[in-house]
Amino acid sequence: MADVGGDMAEKELEKPTYGFWIWAMASVILRLFFIFYFPENFKLSSRPEVSTPLTSVRRLAEGYWLKQSSMSPYAGSMYHGSPLLLSVLGPLTSQWIEGQSSHHLCSLVFVFADILSALLLRAIGQKLQKTYSMNLKRLGVLRSSGDRGILPCGDIAALVYLWNPYTILSCVGLSTSPIENLAVIVSLYGAVTRRVPLAAFGLITATHLSLYPASLAIPLILLLGYGLDAHPLKNFLHTRDRGVETGSTSDVSKQDKLTRTTQLPFLWRTVLHFVFWVLVLSICVLVLCSLSLKQYGGLEEMFKRTYSFILNIEDLSPNIGVFWYFFAEAFESSRNYLLIVFNLYILLTSLPPLAFRFKHRPCFLAFAYLVMSSIIKSYPSGGDAALYLSLWALFVNELSDMNNLFFILCGHIGVSLLSPVVHNIWIWRGTGNANFYYGNAMGYVCFQFMFVEESVNAMLDHDKALEKATGKMTKN
Amino acid sequence: MACLVRSWIPLLFLQSFLVAIAFGSNEGEEFSEELLLKPLPDRKVLAHFHFENRAPPSNSHGRNHHLFPKAISQLVQKFRVKEMELSFTQGRWNHEHWGGFDPLSSMNAKPVGVELWAVFDVPQSQVDISWKNLTHALSGLFCASINFLESSTSYAAPTWGFGTNSDKLRYGSLPREAVCTENLTPWLKLLPCRDKDGISALMNRPSVYRGFYHSQRLHLSTVESGQEGLGSGIVLEQTLTVVIQPETTSVETNMQPSWSLSSLFGRKVVGSCVLAKSSNVYLQLEGRLGHESKNVDTEIEAHKLWMNSDFDLSLKPDRVIRESSSLLFIFDIDKSSDSEPFDLGLTWKLPSKWSCEQAPLHASRFLMGSGNERGAIAILLKATESQEKLSGRNLTTDGRCTIKANIFQIFPWYIKVYYHTLQIFVDQQQKTDSEVLKKINVSPSTDKVSSGMLEMMLELPCEVKSAAISIEYDKGFLHIDEYPPDANQGFDIPSALISFPSHHASLDFQEELSKSPLLSSFKEKSLVRSYTEVLLVPLTTPDFSMPYNVITITCTIFALYFGSLLNVLRRRIGEEERFLKSQAGKKRGGLKQLLSRLTAKIRGRPIEAPSSESPAAESSFLSSKLIFKIILVAGAAAAWQYFSTDK
Repeated sequence: MADVGGDMAEKELEKPTYGFWIWAMASVILRLFFIFYFPENFKLSSRPEVSTPLTSVRRLAEGYWLKQSSMSPYAGSMYHGSPLLLSVLGPLTSQWIEGQSSHHLCSLVFVFADILSALLLRAIGQKLQKTYSMNLKRLGVLRSSGDRGILPCGDIAALVYLWNPYTILSCVGLSTSPIENLAVIVSLYGAVTRRVPLAAFGLITATHLSLYPASLAIPLILLLGYGLDAHPLKNFLHTRDRGVETGSTSDVSKQDKLTRTTQLPFLWRTVLHFVFWVLVLSICVLVLCSLSLKQYGGLEEMFKRTYSFILNIEDLSPNIGVFWYFFAEAFESSRNYLLIVFNLYILLTSLPPLAFRFKHRPCFLAFAYLVMSSIIKSYPSGGDAALYLSLWALFVNELSDMNNLFFILCGHIGVSLLSPVVHNIWIWRGTGNANFYYGNAMGYVCFQFMFVEESVNAMLDHDKALEKATGKMTKN
Repeated sequence: MACLVRSWIPLLFLQSFLVAIAFGSNEGEEFSEELLLKPLPDRKVLAHFHFENRAPPSNSHGRNHHLFPKAISQLVQKFRVKEMELSFTQGRWNHEHWGGFDPLSSMNAKPVGVELWAVFDVPQSQVDISWKNLTHALSGLFCASINFLESSTSYAAPTWGFGTNSDKLRYGSLPREAVCTENLTPWLKLLPCRDKDGISALMNRPSVYRGFYHSQRLHLSTVESGQEGLGSGIVLEQTLTVVIQPETTSVETNMQPSWSLSSLFGRKVVGSCVLAKSSNVYLQLEGRLGHESKNVDTEIEAHKLWMNSDFDLSLKPDRVIRESSSLLFIFDIDKSSDSEPFDLGLTWKLPSKWSCEQAPLHASRFLMGSGNERGAIAILLKATESQEKLSGRNLTTDGRCTIKANIFQIFPWYIKVYYHTLQIFVDQQQKTDSEVLKKINVSPSTDKVSSGMLEMMLELPCEVKSAAISIEYDKGFLHIDEYPPDANQGFDIPSALISFPSHHASLDFQEELSKSPLLSSFKEKSLVRSYTEVLLVPLTTPDFSMPYNVITITCTIFALYFGSLLNVLRRRIGEEERFLKSQAGKKRGGLKQLLSRLTAKIRGRPIEAPSSESPAAESSFLSSKLIFKIILVAGAAAAWQYFSTDK
């Protein structure tokens, strides 16, 4: 059913301008329908695609119960999330303990988070779209003032987010990933609209909740330092020097007065401001955490039970990634070595090259980082896919001639449909074995890799094409 | 003749000396052997062997034992054990037919496999170390894998749910331990007469292990002397409880089978163990029989007690003791000899039926749910017939009649219990925690570190018909090394212990007893407790033959895709270079091409692209890059040379 919704959203991409609000409302109604009419039948909350040991609300309820009975919420290796989230969402789950089907409060919070994320995505998209058309005009590629060829990427991204089956499932299926996604989107929104404290707040919250968004610090700094996604600096300065188009009011053109020979200015003040806020907020978060865990071992316990749990891949229950099986099978003696390889080596070899290549496109860089972190995450879930797919939709204009898009899309759909089947065969019927599910997870990883690779490729092609176009124009 | 007398005298001296060694010098060290036989309502016979060995408090304690096993006294001294109980059990005690409210069942109905608990007399910080050492020592002593209890994932520290309130108590059980004769032999070694003489000679291995239930138990406790300077005495209690089905030839199905010791065990008792202070055999007849002959007083009627219209005993009892609901015939086997072996037999003449006293609630435990992902454990407490009799015993302050039940349960860590899902149903109606749950103590498990423990005290109304407790869990996924060899068999959850703290079982003898340790232990009030079934939880298994495949496939895919991603990222630079190269290649070739490119960079760019980086900087950057590369290659070559020559 949710897949049909996703397809409908795809069809709707052509004319979402006036229908945006209708479709957004429809998605909310669909969520509420699922929440109130299929309360327990789905058992979604225990699906590996929906909830992981980190995002499961059931585990959160257990942590809250333990805390209420004056024990450490981390006792019992059940809860591995943030202590602050526990004090926010915990009271909502206690209703759940008393009566059977009053998890509605929690679900409503997630629906609200989803709506907010979609609206922020829309705002980011509109900003990006404006800059995109401005830059095109300035480069002289886009002569006409009418934006016929430019798609409203904000609306599309928001609708892709709202109608993505993964988003709907993780919202309805009681997983905290909508809140983690919201934090990531808030940080991007803050950086795009140059609200430095908001960006810092989003980054710190997202990092606190799931650690991996820490890598977003680089795109955020670039975003605050260089401004929104533009075309390669060389070309841009090139053309601007020729004076093809001047007199715009974009953030970038404000630095027109600067000397010609230097690079595009890096706004050190804003970045320092951002770093300052990050420090202040992280200290705040640490202090709050240590206060809430004062009698249960303090911060040390929290780091051990959350971040160490994430990095050491302690829970070997199946999820849509591959590391659970890898570390269930890998030899105990080489476990530490493999952990270092997968955590550190991949970080070092994939994040810096991307940053070097895409420092002029911080938003795209953020997207690429999110896909990478979703691949190498120890406990990935469908919520991560929901986030990066909607961020991808922000670049529909740039990535319109992406290779193999149909194949990758079909692969994603196929793998998502096969995953529950294989899981059922293995876990519930016992007719298949773990390799089935592992093979499916492997396929998912491959398609994710292809997705990020093709996106990067298409973005580089797009930049090259622009370069060529401007080159031709300057020659003319 | 005189010669004969002369030769006799030293022999007599020697004999008296030996007797003095055996009996005289070990004052206080006492050993007694007893056997209790009891026909059960379901046509089976229970045989309960009871051996007690007492070592008095003394200074020289531990050095000079005559009867007391040295191994045990060393164990007590070394690990400072205050109280300890070890039991090996096969089969499950049938609470409905074999009784649940008598001292025999509450002390000897044990969970399947090995159960060990111990209270230590050491500082709190050393309790765990002592426990670990003790498990290893016992493991060696009894030829069992008790050392598996060493791991902190397999034992727990009950606070009040177990019945003994001590913070130095450790409890662990191994449900899967196979108990067999290899465990019995070392246990028999602790007896002064082993199984050569006395009552223990009855323990014919095939007949003991043919039974429906056998539980061999070793309980030891230290007795404080109270005197300064003296150590503490040790009481070692060894029991073997066997439930055997006598072979019967009678065709009548409602007729109780007749049996004798020789038909049950295939052996007869030939004299008592010389070293035992007392060796008695008891026969307990329960139920209707006991009640019927309640008003018997005279000697003639006492005679009728063992030879009446219902049954015949093959031997005349030395004494008959009446208990509130049963009769106890006491036989002294000292009189038996080689020529006249002790072979007690019971012959039924009329069909008879009786029932055992049962615990107030009958406990059973089962798993709910299917699949290998999650499930729930339910404990069902059902009211028994005897409950009505017992009710009204404990009234609360507001006049309500309640039954208290303690539940003590250990969860292995791979059973990840959601304690917040605990639900209690009384008579099929869900109750909130505050209504029935009086006390709860949860110590959650930590993955791969410690097992979880749940202690609950329920206060149920007396008229309760059934109470159910359910708790949900997720099944854990283990590393392949953590699975046992037969991984697909599943994992065992140890028995839960249900005890009734306000109910105590005791035999209420109306007459003053001789000093019989077995009977005096029955006379003491003991907590009514029952163990539930062991649960078998199947866990999902990974493919055990796959480690290499998984490692190689995963690493290959990651390497492949990261490689291709990096390739995509660096592709444009390569293309540019190729483009420049091809352009330059049209004009010149060879080494000059590089020079021309450098000069183009230096000269051409300022004219073509004034806004790019300053040309001088770029060229110097490029040349420095080149120099760096050359140095790197040269360094590598030098290193290669150095290492190759070195070899």
